[in-house]
Amino acid sequence: MRTYDLVVIGGGSAGLASALSAYEQGIRDILILERDKELGGILQQCIHNGFGLIEFKEELAGPAYAERFIDLIENNGIQYKLNAMVTHMSNDKVIEYVTPSEGYVTIKAKAIILAMGCRERTRGAIAIPGYRPAGIWSAGTAQRYLNMEGYIVGKRVFILGSGDIGLIMARRMILEGAEVLGVAEIMPYSNGLPRNIKQCLIDFDIPLFLSHTITRIEGLDRVTQVEVSQVDENFRAIKGTEKYFDVDTVLFSVGLIPENALSEEADVEIHPRTRGPIVNESYQTSVDGIFACGNVLHVHDLVDFVSLEGRKAGIAAARYLKDELKPGDTFDCIAKDGIGYIVPHKVNVENVEKSLECMFRVTKNVKNVALTIKKDGEVLRTVKKRHLAPAEMEKVILSKADLLGCKESISIEITEV
Amino acid sequence: MSQKDMVCIVCPMSCKVSFDINPDGSITKVEGHSCPRGENYVRKEMTNPTRMLTSTIKIEGAFYDRLPVITSADIPKSKIFDVMKEINNTVVKAPVKLKDVLIENVCGLGVNIIASRSMKAVEDK
Amino acid sequence: MYDFLIIGAGISGAMIARDLSKFRCSIALVEKDNDVANEATSANSAIIHSGHDPKEGTLKAKLNVRGNELYEDLCKELKVDFERNGAFVVAVAEDELPQLEFLYKQALSRNIPAKIISGQEAHAKEPNLSDSVIAALDLPSTGIVSPWEVAIAAVEDACNNGVELFLGNKVVSIEKKTDHFVVKTTKGEFLSRFVINAAGVYADDIYNLVSDKKLFTITPRRGEYYVLDKQTTPFVDRTIFPIPSEKGKGVLVAKTIHHNVILGPNSEVIEDKEGKDNTQEALDYIRRETFKTLKNIPFNQVIRTYTGLRPTGSTHDFVIEEASDVEHFINVAAIESPGLASAPAISEYVLNEIISKKFELVPKDSRIERRPWIIINRMNYEEKHALVQKDPAFAQMICRCEHISEGEIVDIIHRNAGAQTVKAVKRRVRPGAGRCQGGFCEPKVVAILARELKKSPLDILLDSDDSKLLVGKTKE
Repeated sequence: MRTYDLVVIGGGSAGLASALSAYEQGIRDILILERDKELGGILQQCIHNGFGLIEFKEELAGPAYAERFIDLIENNGIQYKLNAMVTHMSNDKVIEYVTPSEGYVTIKAKAIILAMGCRERTRGAIAIPGYRPAGIWSAGTAQRYLNMEGYIVGKRVFILGSGDIGLIMARRMILEGAEVLGVAEIMPYSNGLPRNIKQCLIDFDIPLFLSHTITRIEGLDRVTQVEVSQVDENFRAIKGTEKYFDVDTVLFSVGLIPENALSEEADVEIHPRTRGPIVNESYQTSVDGIFACGNVLHVHDLVDFVSLEGRKAGIAAARYLKDELKPGDTFDCIAKDGIGYIVPHKVNVENVEKSLECMFRVTKNVKNVALTIKKDGEVLRTVKKRHLAPAEMEKVILSKADLLGCKESISIEITEV
Repeated sequence: MSQKDMVCIVCPMSCKVSFDINPDGSITKVEGHSCPRGENYVRKEMTNPTRMLTSTIKIEGAFYDRLPVITSADIPKSKIFDVMKEINNTVVKAPVKLKDVLIENVCGLGVNIIASRSMKAVEDK
Repeated sequence: MYDFLIIGAGISGAMIARDLSKFRCSIALVEKDNDVANEATSANSAIIHSGHDPKEGTLKAKLNVRGNELYEDLCKELKVDFERNGAFVVAVAEDELPQLEFLYKQALSRNIPAKIISGQEAHAKEPNLSDSVIAALDLPSTGIVSPWEVAIAAVEDACNNGVELFLGNKVVSIEKKTDHFVVKTTKGEFLSRFVINAAGVYADDIYNLVSDKKLFTITPRRGEYYVLDKQTTPFVDRTIFPIPSEKGKGVLVAKTIHHNVILGPNSEVIEDKEGKDNTQEALDYIRRETFKTLKNIPFNQVIRTYTGLRPTGSTHDFVIEEASDVEHFINVAAIESPGLASAPAISEYVLNEIISKKFELVPKDSRIERRPWIIINRMNYEEKHALVQKDPAFAQMICRCEHISEGEIVDIIHRNAGAQTVKAVKRRVRPGAGRCQGGFCEPKVVAILARELKKSPLDILLDSDDSKLLVGKTKE
């Protein structure tokens, strides 16, 4: 059985960045396993621009952003395998993968970086009533058909969910000749970036129905109509508010879920809120030598942050391989009032070099509030914020000095100013 | 004169910018933005709104038959569908390199359509 | 001229076709849809009931008990999965105990293994039972299958042995001549000496193409379900029934043969024979009902909902007989629950009690055995390796949720009763049945179907003729 120093599962934005940074740290025996026929992951179908402002200081389309990383992988001669699906992974870091060129292969890794990304929540998962005909897709599937395979999935479209993929697909469908009759969002606010609402909906006069959801899908063979209703504060449809749209297609953009079937197989502990692994300051999961980054860890809204996180995980994995990660006590990062979760979940301050970035999401839209950061229950710092939204990942940076001496926990909460 | 609000989309701050539009079309009393980009955005959006356009173009001899493309600079919002038409009527051949110019001076706008990625030529798809 | 023409390739038609194929005769199996097992057979509780429940003296009672006896061997012959995982009928209140006792005695009188166990014993075996469960009727002979896999395998086996399958043929008229029938479909005309009507919810309409009599009517009774994601340890190990009511066996929770969990069904009499939609009311009802017998139900693991229509007959029993006014026209109608569990016995009954009295059934000398589905995920390394040596497509993974390779998909397209649609592929090898519900694999499945069927991807169907997935190419 071949042993690699580092195996990266997933050749998308997180995997590529982590492999590169591990390489930069001197790790040479690296293998990236990618299930698609080329590297780049989901970026290859995200043909819109807006990627790279942080990473490359310019706005790039998704495939261009991916290509910059792929070129670096190629130039450094980092090994990767395409059409390579990992089918099993164990907690002793034995990996089984399969490719048409090699068949079924079992390898061992000294360290693993999980970078499998996420999947879309489906119509089935949210149990929207009605029929189950052709014409119902998650937005990302329609995006792949449209942008990569060159197929149009429908001519008259309604979209449920105002996340960025839904908004971007609304514009793409219109540009390719379809009509988009509306976007419904069950929350009283959109989960998409305001710039996408403006450029993808308002620019094309597509109505956005906030606090609305699809309550029925009609059509025996192909979608013929959707019924859209307003919802109350418990997200239950309000009778009498029904609107009807004659469409042949419904796209669902109702959330992304980190894809952790493999992680679970290797006994990696999963956080109930993020549905990604529980990690420490070094992005190491509950299993020794298995690291996680990107959307498999928690769903990001900017690819630049995925790359940053990938890089950090790559550096940490390299330190692990060089035996530089110190064992020791950890304290917890606790999400309190108004905060959904914090990544990392645990910290061993010994391994924090200069500072620690705590990434988190708030649970609702708030304006003019403060973020109160507490160390073992004592206020460490208060940061004023004009605007916080669940759609936007936030971060606070804590210096090593801030963290030293912490015994139990660092917590973050939203407080009044 | 009329008063108007607009959400600035330059960065994720999403500042709600309010301003007055005067009868001569000039814009005054711009308020609510937290950086100068907000004011610039509002002025441009009111006089000549522009957008970057991304789409795909037909490609022959590659392992996909569509190639993602982008405008080299922003184009007038009103020209989006004209530019789409020209993109849709163009076929390119593999290989293509990232940033290759595929349509020069599209619709006479002084902007090019360029490749958003490289795509190698393949003999058999 | 065929000896037998069977209308409907659901579980009943499939089993009859297969059993008849063991004898020297010519058989046509005519199905209106683009796949076999496409209606009630694909949307039910998937349980091989023990036979404790149907009313004494009915065909349902007799054939269910017999069907349960036959299933294990049937599945071995067909090379499909069968698991005898048992069932509990649970009582949650003192006043339900007499009913439990009644079912227990009924089971014993039918020689069905059964015993009443305490709430404590029941909880020890099924830890997610509601705390209010005070006793359970343990029915260890209850089993589970994939109903569509049984039916598909049966049709494939039948076709391997001479049955001709005609998909997409909706019967529009049946004319009785002196010694044969002329059956016209949307695609052609068939002559047959016997007609076997196994047309599910449409069985009354089919019968009424040849007779004006109202021997029976079929009313669709809708049942809706939730499906939970596969888990290493499914949330229940056995099928959990509440105490039955007038409406049926009640809302059950069951492990499926693929180790998903299903919750349902409700029971709603409707008029529309195509009314296979889900309703908020029913889904809410199922949630409420399941919490009466179970706790900690992981509704956040729901991956899909579905609806089936039970063909409920006006006689309250299966209608399995030669029509009294049309000789050689055999109705196999009103096959609602326990129709799946009874299917092999229904077929046995049709052959032994009806057909053999009118037609000499001469056994064939030999049969071609059905080749099992290739399931890479269950193979050991040597088996997988050998397969990949022959065809690297068995190492090209298409479905990331269920680990299904391209080779497995190609194989089931090119078999008898092979898959022609995306849904048919899903039914046979499961791409799209996992948690992503086809989000990742559907474009790949469409491309494989198009290539193998030599069609444009634009012509690939989800299911029915009007269910094309893609509407066009961009820029064209």
